[in-house]
Amino acid sequence: MTVERPLPEIGDQNRRFWESARNGRLELQRCKNCGQWRYPPARHCYGCLSEEAEWALVSGRGTVYSFVVFHQAFHPAFKEQVPYNVAVVELVEGPRLVSNIVDCRNEEIYVGMPVEAVYEPVTDEVTLVKFRPVEVWERADAVVD
Amino acid sequence: MARTVRWPFRNRYCIVGVGNTAYGKLPGWSHVALNVEAIKRALDDAGLRKDNVDGVLTKAPTSDFQMLYSARVAQALGISPRVTATIDQAGASNIGLIWYAMSVIDAGMAEVVVCSYGDNPLTGSRAAYRRIAGDEAAYGLMGAPAGYALITRRYMHEYGLKPEQLAAVAIACRKHAALNPNAQFREPITLEDYFNSRFVVEPLRLYDCCPITDGGAAVVVTTEERARDLKKPPVYILGVGQSHPAKDLVLRENWTTSGAKESGRIAFEMAGITPQDVDVVQLYDCFTIVPIITLEDYGFCNKGEGGAFVEGGRIELGGELPLNTSGGLLAETGMPGMQLIIEAVRQLRGECGPRQVPDARIAVVSNQGGIMTTHATLVLGREK
Repeated sequence: MTVERPLPEIGDQNRRFWESARNGRLELQRCKNCGQWRYPPARHCYGCLSEEAEWALVSGRGTVYSFVVFHQAFHPAFKEQVPYNVAVVELVEGPRLVSNIVDCRNEEIYVGMPVEAVYEPVTDEVTLVKFRPVEVWERADAVVD
Repeated sequence: MARTVRWPFRNRYCIVGVGNTAYGKLPGWSHVALNVEAIKRALDDAGLRKDNVDGVLTKAPTSDFQMLYSARVAQALGISPRVTATIDQAGASNIGLIWYAMSVIDAGMAEVVVCSYGDNPLTGSRAAYRRIAGDEAAYGLMGAPAGYALITRRYMHEYGLKPEQLAAVAIACRKHAALNPNAQFREPITLEDYFNSRFVVEPLRLYDCCPITDGGAAVVVTTEERARDLKKPPVYILGVGQSHPAKDLVLRENWTTSGAKESGRIAFEMAGITPQDVDVVQLYDCFTIVPIITLEDYGFCNKGEGGAFVEGGRIELGGELPLNTSGGLLAETGMPGMQLIIEAVRQLRGECGPRQVPDARIAVVSNQGGIMTTHATLVLGREK
């Protein structure tokens, strides 16, 4: 019997995020009143408590803010994957996302490593946003492709 | 928002009784029974009877969060108190309970209040620990060790902390636990043992993490006046503070300073002390990084110097600032925090035998919950 992996609980607040990811785009919620990014998605702005929000395409570029390597599986679905990494990536736009670093060995990951988003479908509905190392990108402006 | 903190109860309330069960694997004990046993022992320690109790304050069991928990404990004690409450600040709750106890006593609602915690995740249900939820679990992020491992890695990046310095905390706690007959892990460990222990979530190894455990612990709080004719000399509550960053890591601006900074500032100011006045500290050590950050935030050393501070035996018995003299969460028991308060009281009473800090007059206790999400500080004194 295969163990089902944990999947995001998709609801009204985060549906757009996961729909965008499925289409290979990274979109985040932003407050229409004060402009603050609202991640994780929420009804109210963490800054001004406004309910007004828009979804905006972000660059998908960032740096590793911190990372860890799991040597123990805390869920049976990850038993075959240890040792696996989990990273917090700080996007050039500011928000931080929990993700995995792919296309490199765990030993090669470092805090400050420049990365960009890649999209990994895991079910028909869910595509995870992961990050892979890149050569240093221009930090000055967050280029939106 | 309060611009300053006032403290009408400064130096007016005392801990007059402490009690705890055995720690470890305790089959046959429900978490309610562990609360009752700890309270029974704490009342006996104080020379009080259960009918003297008019307040029952609890922290709900981590493994089995239930409604009306303090009322259930009061029922099992066979009493109908005026005040019951369950406070949820995770590991910071114990000091939160003591703060609330003083507040209700000060308001005239109660005179003798018990603050208690009991849980049995080792032999009872661990369902709450296994509950995997949220979008982050899809990426494999789950469990407390990972949260603290993320903080540790970031701290290493910002301040150059070395694994040897994390090890110094684990080694000190084990060394102290060896002198504590009720500690779960009484075998001392060496630096070599530390480096030979497996990674749980890198950079944290097994010896960086506290165990899951069964046990109960309770304290009795009352007024200075009531304390006078009780069995044991009172321990004065000189200062208390709380501060809660309250944000998940992705939303938290700064990962290397905790609620300890503001909580400690309030508690030290209330007590009218500085770090130089402190004889012994019992700092929440669910993971080795935490006391290092707490020592900095309390002002025992500068930010970034906590790793160097814990080296060279400074935090061991006989050192400049003995830390977690009963073994702490890492070695005495993984219970979330009440045992640290009990050890501070026993140190100030001079009851600690081979692990006694000579002439301990002022002790500082920290409590912390979540992934450095909540924080509370307690300053206790032999005299007011």
